[in-house]
Amino acid sequence: MARLSIRGLHKFYGKFEALKGIDLDIAEGEFCVFVGPSGCGKSTLLRTIAGLEDVDDGAIDIDGEVVNTLRPRDRNIAMVFQNYALYPYLTVFENIAFGLRARKTPDTQVRERVGRAAEMLGITALLDRTPRQLSGGQRQRVAIGRAVVRDARLFLFDEPLSNLDAQLRDGMRAEIKRLHQEIGKTTIYVTHDQIEAMTLADRIVLMRDGLIEQQGAPLDLFERPATRFVASFLGSPQMNFMPCRLERRDGAATIVFADGRTLAFGAERSADLSAHEGRDLVIGIRPEHMSRALPDRPPAAGAAPISVLVDLVQPTGTRTYAQFRIGEVEVTVELPAHIVEHPGTTIDLLVDMTRVVLIDPKTDKVLSNGTGETG
Amino acid sequence: MRADKGTGLALRYVAAVAVTIVFLFPIYWLASISFKTPDEIFASPPAWWPEQIQFANYAVLFKDGDVVTIWNSLVIASVSTVCAMLLGTMCAYSIARFRTGGNLFSDWIISNRMIPPIVIVFPVFLLYVRLGWVDTYIGLIVLYTAFNLPYVIWMMRGYIQDIPLELEESALVDGCTRWQVFWKVVLPMARGGLFATAVFTFVFAWNEFIFALVLTRSEVTTFPVQVTHYFGGQSNFWAKIAAMSMLGTVPIFIAVALLQRFLVRGISLGAVKG
Ligand SMILES: Nc1ncnc2c1ncn2[C@@H]1O[C@H](COP(=O)(O)OP(=O)(O)O)[C@@H](O)[C@H]1O
Ligand SMILES: [Mg+2]
Repeated sequence: MARLSIRGLHKFYGKFEALKGIDLDIAEGEFCVFVGPSGCGKSTLLRTIAGLEDVDDGAIDIDGEVVNTLRPRDRNIAMVFQNYALYPYLTVFENIAFGLRARKTPDTQVRERVGRAAEMLGITALLDRTPRQLSGGQRQRVAIGRAVVRDARLFLFDEPLSNLDAQLRDGMRAEIKRLHQEIGKTTIYVTHDQIEAMTLADRIVLMRDGLIEQQGAPLDLFERPATRFVASFLGSPQMNFMPCRLERRDGAATIVFADGRTLAFGAERSADLSAHEGRDLVIGIRPEHMSRALPDRPPAAGAAPISVLVDLVQPTGTRTYAQFRIGEVEVTVELPAHIVEHPGTTIDLLVDMTRVVLIDPKTDKVLSNGTGETG
Repeated sequence: MRADKGTGLALRYVAAVAVTIVFLFPIYWLASISFKTPDEIFASPPAWWPEQIQFANYAVLFKDGDVVTIWNSLVIASVSTVCAMLLGTMCAYSIARFRTGGNLFSDWIISNRMIPPIVIVFPVFLLYVRLGWVDTYIGLIVLYTAFNLPYVIWMMRGYIQDIPLELEESALVDGCTRWQVFWKVVLPMARGGLFATAVFTFVFAWNEFIFALVLTRSEVTTFPVQVTHYFGGQSNFWAKIAAMSMLGTVPIFIAVALLQRFLVRGISLGAVKG
């Protein structure tokens, strides 16, 4: 078990700065997920922690010891690689035992620990095979077995599921989470998939261009993004962003779109938004925060009506994604199935104004987050 | 349509058989001479096969002790191959993974291979006289190791670059030192390339002639040099030449037969990597 603390970490590849000053603390036993678009430096950060890359500046501290100059083998870390990194010339047993053998563990202990790890992952029957004879999911298990068999203080995963097909991925994801609950070791998990990040993490570290954009508990980031980037990265389908003006109309803070349509805030948020009145802003609305207006029921407090012409319908089963335009912007709304079935339908929507975010278009910073909680 | 396909196939077989005959006939001829009596060897029109298989030509080689040259060749070629493979693979690993010597280093190394050997025969001879290495095992072993190093480095560099880096990094994180990575990951992963390269290295040392001729007297004469001793001023000892050549072919034949599956891949890989 380990605490990890990173201060002012910089990493250059030649002239290219891959990490531009990372500060990060990971608590003992935490499941931390680095997430961000491809090329943002997640793997680089993970590899500096493992000792596979030198750092140019800053300190990596594990359990109060700066490990910058330690060789990978002296850091006592286990790592699972994207392509599994299994040795084709060794059996599954020897693959799992590899780290133990490298450290000259006595044979009886090797047998016992490999046996236990294999049992935990349900691969006992595969121990005599070679990696070539395994399916992708089985290889992944072996790779994880290789990591858990060692008594490492820190587990690192670099996109371990990205080579699996979607169905297997969901299963393995759940299994990794269960494994963490069982073993309780500090874990860092890299992915570019926001769903993996949301579902696995105790804490998400959202990265962009070599910097940490925002970090926190998954729902914190989801409900209170600090920037437009965070808001757009988390959530599927993505949050809709529309340029607008904030004005005061009939005593309420009101969003005014270029085509004249409006969305009024409820009394509670209206008061908080007075500082931004008269400004050009970007409003962010998640697809699931719009719903069909029911004619026989008065709208809930803080819900604003808007009438839209649907131009694309994408049913997924239980939910249907419908698209419409506000000005130039294509907007997606998530509705229960069967509410709209054909493009060309006009429907009345209610926008939950307690949840929308307002963004400064110049800085892309979120000026005002929703007050409601997801649920 | 079907008929076309049939004739196409037939033609292909005919061509393949023809090429095979062209390549195999000299070997057959050599083998048949080695079993013939002197009369048969010089018979005209030629005797296409020996009347009966007789080993007199071989027996002479064993009786006179000429076969020791095969042993000499075996020792020199084997030891120099092992040395070149060990050193060369380590160099190749260093170049492939740590860019040792910069980008042009491996080009420079392979360019050494392009020196015509004859131009350094004399300097090497003088050097060896100084060192007392003329007509010794160590002399030829060191020389052949040096000759083969560029080839080994060049080939193994290609094979090592093909090993996924993740396999090595995973081993490092798992607790291996660089040396352990080399022995436990790099060598097993490059096994095919090692065998293929070793065979070519061995064949080179086995067949090398000029230096063996200049640098040996009587102690460590190698088999190619020995064969030339049978070309006389007045007459050539065809029976001995053929028998000795057959004996010299056997080790290569065995090596190639054992490692054939690696060789085919080695050749095609080498061709692509250049
Ligand atoms: N060995 C390297 N040499 C040069 N540039 C690299 C190297 N490794 C990664 N990079 C660059 O650093 C950036 C971050 O890479 P990486 O950490 O792998 O991103 P990701 O977030 O997708 O894992 C990328 O722009 C990548 O091109
Ligand atoms: Mg990556």
